[in-house]
Amino acid sequence: MRIGNILKASSRSLGKNKLRTFLTMLGIIIGVASVIAMLGIGEGSKENIQASISSLGTNTVMVTPGTISQGGVRLEAGSSQSLKREDAEAISERCENVMFVSPVVQKGSQIISGSQNWRTMVMGVFNDYFSIRNLNIQIGIGFSESDDRSAAKVCVVGQTVVLNLFGENVDPVGQVIRINRIPFKIIGMLEKKGQNAFGQDQDDVIVAPFSTVQKRMLSTTNVNMIISSAKSEDLIENAKNEITELIRQRHKLTPDQDNDFTVRTQSDISNIFGSVSKVMTILLASIAGISLIVGGIGIMNIMLVSVTERTREIGIRLAVGARSRDVLIQFMIESVFISFMGGLIGIALGILVLELIARFGGWPITITVFSILLSFIFAAIVGIFFGWYPARKAANLNPIDALRYE
Amino acid sequence: METLIEVQNIIKIYKMGEIEVRALKGISVEIKKGEFVAIMGASGSGKSTFMNIIGCLDRPSKGEYFLEKANVNLLNKDQLADLRNKKIGFIFQSFNILPRTSAIENVELPLLYNNSISNKERRERAYNALKSVGLAERTSSLPNQLSGGQQQRVAIARALVNEPIVIMADEPTGNLDSRTSYEIMEIFQKLNENGITIVMVTHEPDISQFAGSNIVFKDGRIITNTSVKERKQASAELKKYQN
Repeated sequence: MRIGNILKASSRSLGKNKLRTFLTMLGIIIGVASVIAMLGIGEGSKENIQASISSLGTNTVMVTPGTISQGGVRLEAGSSQSLKREDAEAISERCENVMFVSPVVQKGSQIISGSQNWRTMVMGVFNDYFSIRNLNIQIGIGFSESDDRSAAKVCVVGQTVVLNLFGENVDPVGQVIRINRIPFKIIGMLEKKGQNAFGQDQDDVIVAPFSTVQKRMLSTTNVNMIISSAKSEDLIENAKNEITELIRQRHKLTPDQDNDFTVRTQSDISNIFGSVSKVMTILLASIAGISLIVGGIGIMNIMLVSVTERTREIGIRLAVGARSRDVLIQFMIESVFISFMGGLIGIALGILVLELIARFGGWPITITVFSILLSFIFAAIVGIFFGWYPARKAANLNPIDALRYE
Repeated sequence: METLIEVQNIIKIYKMGEIEVRALKGISVEIKKGEFVAIMGASGSGKSTFMNIIGCLDRPSKGEYFLEKANVNLLNKDQLADLRNKKIGFIFQSFNILPRTSAIENVELPLLYNNSISNKERRERAYNALKSVGLAERTSSLPNQLSGGQQQRVAIARALVNEPIVIMADEPTGNLDSRTSYEIMEIFQKLNENGITIVMVTHEPDISQFAGSNIVFKDGRIITNTSVKERKQASAELKKYQN
């Protein structure tokens, strides 16, 4: 039998039971749409996280006090007190693979300027910090090493701080603000960076010389973090090892002692978040996949009903000269058609759902060709797999029995 | 005349669980080209089993079957399907036409399974076959819009459309009133005059008199094979109704 004629016969018999065909298709439509929606949400959040991690800087290696326990992040990391300014200086002197280093101290503080006040994070850093984080100064200047030595009361402010203290389109350079009642002179304003993907405003920050913040505001010798950058992407791992070795030495740790600090590269961080979102995506997609299989069982169910209902038709076709293969193909095409059409409509619906989620829910979404192909191929396989048994049952009918079937 | 169907000592055994049912117990018969044979017998006598075997829908348990001198036993399933498609036309008691499918599409059905026929030729031949049974005006009618006699005529057109060498009719008038039955017999006799061999199973002695010869089955054996002495002419019988 010619393929065109088989197609015609199949589409005709599907057309005779439009509601039934549609309901069967619905199982596949919902399955495919949910696979696409789930993958889209999963991929979207993954990309979002990646983007926010890369906004931390380029080739960044971070050292924080405390340890990572295996397989997870220790939540108190940063609260234990083992890193000093001297560690950062040693890294700068002795690690060949490291380009920039800066210790970081930070403190949430109340800022007052005239009658305005604003609460923000004040960071004490070396001027290397600007290079590591790709921060640029839009107006004014950054601070110098001598500012750090003298613990000068100068600072560079982010634009959100400027907006809240001085209002729009005001040049803040030269103004004096009081941070925890200590007067600081503003010497520069940062370029706008906007929100990062976690929703943090990266412009809501004040950056001051390290010594200034450490001595005048915190009066402690500990640092919250040492941030550094490797000379190139290839050297990140080397830099990490170098830094680990150096700090172990400085902290006089014997080989059997665990690190009392943690060194993380950007890719370590993205791996942690990446694996979380990967697990999420797999979980969501497999739930959606299950609904696709349920849809496939629906196809099989309805095809079995159809074969039983049409036993006589099959008998007639066999009697007038249809080969088993012709009958097999006819029924296979019906189930494959249902799953294909269901797949196509499901893709459209899935994309629509994602667009709605993005528009009204504000969630990050990503529609990839991969997810579309994956769900469509999965739907087609479901159609073939679950259509095979009923079709074979039809093809193997004995013509005499089929003709007598009431 | 040339021999069309030749069966030698055919035995058919059905296994129903433990019990073996011997439906045919050694049938030998020869049917020549152009014959019109009626097969008679009570139900369970084996006449339908015999018909299924010579119609290539079933295989004998033992014995030889030659159709146009070719040994059918040696053919595989697909070859049997091709044989049914090209050489045999079937007509059934319950018409067996596809529901919710127009008359002409029903007639086209066998040609769909013949790849050498184009779509255009298929439509033409189906129309001609319907015309030959007097249904030229009803090509697009659905089965539920047709009477029993008309449905059976659609089935006859379907059996004719592949230009078979033999038509197998299993109780073709079983579901019809006598006048309609005569109309069907009129078509059969006309086809037979044009050279088509017809094998017809019937249990109505009245209908068997339209055939050229009668084979009577009983308990899986042929008990008589005689030619009909006073053959009835359907056209003449139909005239009686007009008066």
